[in-house]
Amino acid sequence: MTDDLLLLGVRHHGPGSARAVRAALDAYRPQAVLIEGPPEADALTALAADPAMRPPVALLAHVVDDPARAAFWPFAEFSPEWVAMRWAAKAGAEVRFIDLPAAHSLAREDAGPPAGDGAPDAAPAPGEGPVRDGGPDPDRAPDSGDAGPGAAPGEGPDPAAEAVSVRIDPLAVLARTAGYDDPERWWEDAVEHRAEGDGDALAPFQAVAEAMAAIRETYGDGGYPQDLPREAHMRLRIREARKAYERTAVVCGAWHVPALATRTAAAADRRLLKGLPKAKVETTWVPWTHRRLARAGGYGAGITSPGWYRHLFTAPDRPVARWMTKVAGLLRDEDLPVSSAHVIEAVRLADALAVMRGRPLAGLGETTDAIRAVMCDGSDVPLTLIQDRLVVGDVLGEVPPDAPAVPLARDLAREQRRLRLKPEALERELELDLRKDTDADRSRLLHRLRLLRIDWGQPVAGRGGKGTFRETWRLRWEPEAAIRVAEAGIWGTTVEAAATARAEDAAVDSAVLAEVTAVAEQCLLAGLSGALPTVMRVLADRAALDADVAHLAAALPALVRAVRYGDVRGTDSAALARVAEGLAQRICVGFPPACVGLDADAAAAMRKHLDEVHRAIALLPAARPEPAGTRGPGSPESAASVTELRERWAGVLRNLAERDGSVPGLLRGAAARLLLDEGRLGAGEAARLMGLALSPGTAPGEAAAWIEGFLAGGGMLLVHDERLLALVDGWLTGVSGEAFTDVLPLLRRTFADFEPGVRRTVGELVRRGPARGTRPAGTAEAGLPGFGPGLDAARAQAAAHTVRLLLGTTTTTDLATATDRTPADGTPGATPTEPGTTDVAPGTPGGTDDDGPR
Amino acid sequence: MSETTGAGLGTTTDPGQDREQGHEQGREPGRDQALRPHAEDAFAGELAALAAADDRVRPARWKLSPWAVATYLMGGTLPDGTVITPKYVGPRRIVEVAVTTLATDRALLLLGVPGTAKTWVSEHLAAAISGDSTLLVQGTAGTPEEAIRYGWNYAQLLTHGPTPAALVHSPVMRAMAEGRIARVEELTRIPADVQDTLITILSEKTLPIPELGTETQAVRGFNLIATANDRDRGVNDLSSALRRRFNTVVLPLPASADDEVDIVSRRVDQIGRGLELPAAPRGADEIRRVVTVFRELRAGVTEDGRTKLKSPSGTLSTAEAISVITNGLALAAHFGDGVLRAGDVAAGILGAVVRDPAADRVIWQEYLETVVREREGWKDFYRACREVSA
Repeated sequence: MTDDLLLLGVRHHGPGSARAVRAALDAYRPQAVLIEGPPEADALTALAADPAMRPPVALLAHVVDDPARAAFWPFAEFSPEWVAMRWAAKAGAEVRFIDLPAAHSLAREDAGPPAGDGAPDAAPAPGEGPVRDGGPDPDRAPDSGDAGPGAAPGEGPDPAAEAVSVRIDPLAVLARTAGYDDPERWWEDAVEHRAEGDGDALAPFQAVAEAMAAIRETYGDGGYPQDLPREAHMRLRIREARKAYERTAVVCGAWHVPALATRTAAAADRRLLKGLPKAKVETTWVPWTHRRLARAGGYGAGITSPGWYRHLFTAPDRPVARWMTKVAGLLRDEDLPVSSAHVIEAVRLADALAVMRGRPLAGLGETTDAIRAVMCDGSDVPLTLIQDRLVVGDVLGEVPPDAPAVPLARDLAREQRRLRLKPEALERELELDLRKDTDADRSRLLHRLRLLRIDWGQPVAGRGGKGTFRETWRLRWEPEAAIRVAEAGIWGTTVEAAATARAEDAAVDSAVLAEVTAVAEQCLLAGLSGALPTVMRVLADRAALDADVAHLAAALPALVRAVRYGDVRGTDSAALARVAEGLAQRICVGFPPACVGLDADAAAAMRKHLDEVHRAIALLPAARPEPAGTRGPGSPESAASVTELRERWAGVLRNLAERDGSVPGLLRGAAARLLLDEGRLGAGEAARLMGLALSPGTAPGEAAAWIEGFLAGGGMLLVHDERLLALVDGWLTGVSGEAFTDVLPLLRRTFADFEPGVRRTVGELVRRGPARGTRPAGTAEAGLPGFGPGLDAARAQAAAHTVRLLLGTTTTTDLATATDRTPADGTPGATPTEPGTTDVAPGTPGGTDDDGPR
Repeated sequence: MSETTGAGLGTTTDPGQDREQGHEQGREPGRDQALRPHAEDAFAGELAALAAADDRVRPARWKLSPWAVATYLMGGTLPDGTVITPKYVGPRRIVEVAVTTLATDRALLLLGVPGTAKTWVSEHLAAAISGDSTLLVQGTAGTPEEAIRYGWNYAQLLTHGPTPAALVHSPVMRAMAEGRIARVEELTRIPADVQDTLITILSEKTLPIPELGTETQAVRGFNLIATANDRDRGVNDLSSALRRRFNTVVLPLPASADDEVDIVSRRVDQIGRGLELPAAPRGADEIRRVVTVFRELRAGVTEDGRTKLKSPSGTLSTAEAISVITNGLALAAHFGDGVLRAGDVAAGILGAVVRDPAADRVIWQEYLETVVREREGWKDFYRACREVSA
């Protein structure tokens, strides 16, 4: 290193590095500060000095005509780069970014995976989207290469996959050499936690540079071949700066220091940079959050504890004691009893642990252990809160309004132009016909914006028309909307990507099942197929934990609808079907116990669920054939599992229908009816169940509820199966006078739902039927009340022929069951029923019974 | 299901080779005949080797430095080649926090569900630190104040009145006077008023004896380890004043399925020998399945991390898994074909999982239908479970 150049090798987002950089810059006082970052952003460095700019912020570079291809360089308050920028602004030094231009790194993307937008951001977890959108390389490579602790996780996925296997983590190598098994801990002990002011401000950088040089001697490029052109570019820029200034400081990842210190021929460097692809790129500042800095937020080179680092960087002294005080404050806000004595003990324990573990200062690990043992009673629950609020932290950055527009705004403007939707302050209504492509796109855009809380359009209840293909929106562009767009820029660079990330986040954050279902529905409306896998996963998780069957039952129909209508274009609707199936399975298990001991209102609510779930399960297989075609193998198996599911549901219904009085009559009746309608219950069986439900042992109210449940599906049943009618009739006449008054409203409600024609027929049958029924029983030919004895095969055949013609041959099954029922059930069933009818029938002159229910 | 405290994690080693040293202190004869020797006797050799090799700072009256105590529990190899067997299989962090706590003047509270080796850890900590794990108060619903403070020898008291000679020292009082570690087992089972006598001892480090007008002051080196069961916190919850005097360490259930399968098979072997069950080939598969079922239901998520589950009300500790397997082995040996099969463990699992007949049954059936049914190679298990659950 010569006198006119100072190389400061740092770890990105290392508070110790940041302090050291500040001290080194103060000591060296360079005229120019060169920072690892996209040179396109040189013009934006002035904004860093703007008081309205508050870190964490990120430099964003994106391809002009494709905002989805973008890369971010996040800076926190404690980032050495940020410290250097602020220092330079104060000292009046020149700031330049010296990394490979984003124009090259972003252009290189299209050489790899065909589409930069779709593929990379489909897979990652919620909130990851934007950071990775297009350019994982400039974002990740420096960090995994430099002494970034996030190296390991950053190496994993996508584009440069073939290089992964040989990459080394320089930090891990150093840590192993020093006898540490955790690279991060080693770096903390060796660099971040070093006490300040022990002599030469430049010494630590010297040491780090030497260590890195040793590693690079051994490992060469360490598996990062794409670093070579970057370092060549850095060297060229450094050369320029050295010509212009007397003292130049370079802040870059420690990994690059040896490469930048070596003397190479400028021509060789230029050769390396020749022929790189180029794209037109724009840069701007966007606000960032601590959560995104955290590794969990998906920033490949992220840090697990931005809040802790910020604390280390900003705390004037006694960082552990101050940290514990902060933690105590947070726990007190959550109503946990934490006294000053707790804080004292926690600090003592943390210090003692550090001594025992041989560390210079209690680190995050020691403080966390101490907090758990002293303040949290050994529980991890409050710790997650601390982790979330303090260790990661809620800090949100700010960018001055005069920063260049975010790509999201551009994308929105482009969409608005494409769909001819002008943002106007004047309120107006917009009618959309979703069958038209443009209108469908408009609807999707508005729904996406709603997801992003940009309330430009509000859906209005449509005028009159019931059709699902119509939507009415009230549009009004208010000035705040622009701010909302800027805020939403954090979620992504295009409206679609941002809405997807937002939806995923909303799903993950939601507390109850219904919220997730709502998000899922919004995703369908907004056409966000990318968010669905996450939403579905969350949905499955919530369903698993929700103990209330009613919630599950409420969620199922919408889900099945979604599967069935294939509302989601291009989604893995098999996944959707799987979730629906799992939900149905859980309902099957949980339904019978949930039906026990309900009052009338709860039973009514439950019956609604019963009907809905029944319909939904019946619809489920219908959706099968569609995905089967695309999925190929595995579908027969799943079709089988749907059949099994239906059987299981039938079992649940049968269970309900056969249960004793602990299950409300309404539900038992409804279950029996659903089984009967499906043909799973013979008419004889139904009569037996009805007989049971209406037998004298049952309270009249309960029996009436059973009838309500059983007959809710329509009264035609009574017209066609007079045995059932006779049972109802018989029961009704047996009800005592006082009880009758109680039962009346229920029956009224039941019969009022019937079609007038049915009501009349039932009435007529009751009046006339018994007369026929009095015919002595015993002969096999005895007919049902209201019908002639036996079956006149010839006449029936003629009628059946016509019916077949009317219905078409496919529905012969219906015919078969219809014809089956008469001889099969009528003959044996007649014998036991007949005597009852004979007794009762003459005593019912029709009048009261007939009028009563009406 | 019986509670096999300490069975879960402790590795038992044959104490034979260490017995000679165990006698050095001249304890009463016949000690080596003990059914279960104290930790300080069983591992006397290791403790002596550690003490010899230990050059770190020792707190007052500690036999070993905190670092050496942690090594004693976690295992390791000393420079002179002595192998220290691991006494506790689990995160090192936990042992470090526990030892460090004892080195400060705060007391240590070990929490955990039954079968997580709380007692085991506390015994070994006391043995390593004070060389004496016998200063023990067993907490029960009937534990009187005298067990924690002091009692009187009534014959003496009546003859001579209150004198120091009539005083009967509790283990805690002796530990205070001698600067050793006292242990209180099942702290939350002790009635609340008796628990609170600990407050003065832990905060003032003194035990006043008003009858004699004196007090016993704790000597440096005194500290207290209490254990309590996570699940019955509600029995006699600690007052916040008392709780504040403790640092709490929760002993977790085994972290990985392999660890747990290992612990279960080893214990099952030992118990099987003890009960003289006919030697049946251990169905390693069944053990793994039982452990998997227990772990999944306990954690509320499947092992592959894909599906969330509801957790039943039972503990489902390792100790219970051991008991289910032992039962199954007995069934297989006496009534089956001698091989442990799904059917032999199904009933046991059902009993362990379904504690609350209403809620737990739903949870169990959901688990069966959504997880077990679809799992490759678990068909027989699924059928067996459905049979007993029906």
